[in-house]
Amino acid sequence: MRGATHAKWAACAAAVALAATACGGGSDSGGGGADGIVSSSWGDPQNPLEPANTNEVQGGKVLDMIFRGLKRYDPETGEAKNFLAENIETTDSQNFTITLKDGWKFSNDEPVTAQSFVDAWNYGADVTKKQNNSPFFSDIVGYADVHPEKGDPKAKTMSGLVVKDPKTFTVALKEKFSTWPETLGYQAFSPLPKAFFTDHDAWLKKPVGNGPYTVDSYTKGTGMKLRKWDAYTGEDKALNGGVDLKVYTDNNTAYTDLISGNLDLVDDVPAQQLKNVANDLGDRYINQPALIIQTLTFPLYDPQWNKEGMDKVRRGISMAINRDEITKQIFRETRTPAKDWTSPALGDKGGFSATACGEACSFNPTEAKKLIQEGGGLPGGKVSLTSNVDTGSHRDWMDAVCNSINNALGEGPVCTVNPIGTFADFRNQQSSFKLTGPFRSGWQADYPLIQNFLEPLYYTGASSNYGKFSNPEFDKLVDAANRESDAAKATATFKDAEKILAEQMPSIPLWYQNGSAGYGERVSDVKLNQFSVPVYDQIKVS
Amino acid sequence: MGRYVIRRLLQMIPVFIGSTFLIFFMVYALGDPVAALFGDKAPDPATAARIRKDLYLDQPLWKQYLHYMGQIFQGDFGTAFNGQKVTELMASAFPVTLRLTIVAIAIEIVVGITLGVISGLKRGKSIDSGVLVLTLVVISVPTFVTGYLLQFVFGVTWGWVRPTVSPDAPFSELILPGIVLALVSLAYVTRLTRTSIAENVKADYVRTAVAKGLPRRRVVTRHLLRNSLIPVVTFIGTDIGALMGGAIVTERIFNIHGVGYQLYQGILRNNSPTVVGFVTILVIVFLLANLLVDLLYAVLDPRIRYA
Repeated sequence: MRGATHAKWAACAAAVALAATACGGGSDSGGGGADGIVSSSWGDPQNPLEPANTNEVQGGKVLDMIFRGLKRYDPETGEAKNFLAENIETTDSQNFTITLKDGWKFSNDEPVTAQSFVDAWNYGADVTKKQNNSPFFSDIVGYADVHPEKGDPKAKTMSGLVVKDPKTFTVALKEKFSTWPETLGYQAFSPLPKAFFTDHDAWLKKPVGNGPYTVDSYTKGTGMKLRKWDAYTGEDKALNGGVDLKVYTDNNTAYTDLISGNLDLVDDVPAQQLKNVANDLGDRYINQPALIIQTLTFPLYDPQWNKEGMDKVRRGISMAINRDEITKQIFRETRTPAKDWTSPALGDKGGFSATACGEACSFNPTEAKKLIQEGGGLPGGKVSLTSNVDTGSHRDWMDAVCNSINNALGEGPVCTVNPIGTFADFRNQQSSFKLTGPFRSGWQADYPLIQNFLEPLYYTGASSNYGKFSNPEFDKLVDAANRESDAAKATATFKDAEKILAEQMPSIPLWYQNGSAGYGERVSDVKLNQFSVPVYDQIKVS
Repeated sequence: MGRYVIRRLLQMIPVFIGSTFLIFFMVYALGDPVAALFGDKAPDPATAARIRKDLYLDQPLWKQYLHYMGQIFQGDFGTAFNGQKVTELMASAFPVTLRLTIVAIAIEIVVGITLGVISGLKRGKSIDSGVLVLTLVVISVPTFVTGYLLQFVFGVTWGWVRPTVSPDAPFSELILPGIVLALVSLAYVTRLTRTSIAENVKADYVRTAVAKGLPRRRVVTRHLLRNSLIPVVTFIGTDIGALMGGAIVTERIFNIHGVGYQLYQGILRNNSPTVVGFVTILVIVFLLANLLVDLLYAVLDPRIRYA
């Protein structure tokens, strides 16, 4: 009977489906990983994992586990402490002699020498290697030879880097830069083993560093298994057996895995879950300031925003924004209303000031209206806010800011939102100076220094000065601060420069972005550093 | 038959070229991807220029397209920005999505056709109305709602299945996502089958078969169902391609690293090699599925013949 074959086939398919469902729940249930292993959410790094090519959090997370540099930022205070460096000496804030500590090795047993640093830095600066972080080496003498603006490099190495002996090298900078040693905790300055240069492809598949963890396996787009390196000699030995980083398609999915016990740690709690987080995790939820600030930058290259009296209008717009309510309603307090142009993660000693912006950053609709009228009104009677809207609830807060401005001014819908579909498109319009109204500019500092919050963004002609703000007084103060050898005095001078921002308001500080993380019951001692990256080596697994 | 197949295969070439060009053009229109590589920081002009040159982005669009097609015919689909070959990405993503699609299609066929036959035979009865209401509900609820809901109920609250799929994505873990992915199409399959069966049940050949004294089951499976399946097969055929490409939502919810996820990443990062490469393969899948559907017509209804 031929008909029977069909029925049999259908029955089998159904049986297979049922059997498979039954098996589904059984395998690999329970905790997040093997004994002593922390499982953590991860996003696919944007670029290949090279220290000088990694400029985002996901890749930085790994580098923080497998590399240790000359300096390291204390996860609690943000202070740059000597790590591999025995000392960094200078008499003129321009020429530095760096001596290394004894006994440091890469996990392939190669010793870490002065050459390991010099080679790595020359590689990072070399324009032919296309490293995103090349500009970090631009202060060194000879950078233009390996990284010309056009054409092929004239040299392979920078003349400002000289190896004296296996443990000592000297660095000559183009200009005085007193806080330069403090920048050396940034991962772009990590040393690299010889294997990196001899077999680059193999190294990228399985990076070798000198940090407390070694890479056990790395499957691009899926995950990375890191294990404690037992022979690690540093003082910050890992307190757990290792970390399994798992790539998630979506942070909501990672969060679901966390609350169902399949994952130990997420370092990005999705906005939609913030209302449940207290209920789901209780005190296993971390929400603390990071070195990130969101601002609205004005296109000062556009004469209508830069003419006489517009500083009043810019301050007025700032005063029309109800930061407290927006951070509470939209961000559920994962953002902190901004009071200056830096971040509270710097600490008061580092240059954070809760008063730098003062009145101009507090909500005051009547004063806002008055200031805008005095300054000659909004250009053309309108203002339009621009940001990419593909991530980060940008659409939501822009709508809220516009509502706030419209309500404060009471002249109808004068503020509108100009949403841009993708980050790339937004970046293109921003960096080609095509925007004609205030636009979002996020800034995540590379190192906990007030210099990093001010100079790249507001110095005349600086790389990320997208509004083309230019103020000779500001530039003079920044130069003076960079020449100043006393750290406290340098910070104070930077703070003086910041006062000019408060008068001129080239950008409106909106809020500081917090790092948020949640963790499961298996793990304890979870902390975030100032870059909102978990301090993995201190996590304990019960 | 053979000539028909060859003709169809040859027709695929212009479709393939046209569609890849359109996709290429659209991804290009999204803007320059290089600026986004540098995060919030300004791109270093010299480095950015080198990257553009390497990716052929400094050339006019038609040259880029020719260069890209030249590469494709050598089996080189380019490199994603994280340094991974797009062919590698495909090798890891397509099998996963294929498994998910198989699960979804199997559920569609088995559950959809069964429900359709039952309600078609019992037209107007309460079971028929029940199925109609049920399918209406399923069609009107968006995938992300059913996805998160089923994930929460089965995965988190009851703990019957893992709420997310592991990187290997074995069949056993894909049942729940498969159901979510299948649900909407399943409702259409049910309704198509029901209408078709209800129409044909009064046909002369069915009456003849019954009059011959054939068992009811044989009448339904061999005579009635076979003739009623043509619209259903058409739908399922086109659905194969749609499911593979449209799994973006389902794959994100259940952490499946398949085609949908890679496409999403590619679009988010303006990575044209990834997007164009993946969509090119999807176009081929669509074309082949359509060919298969056309050939199946002849099997189902011998009156349809291809020269």
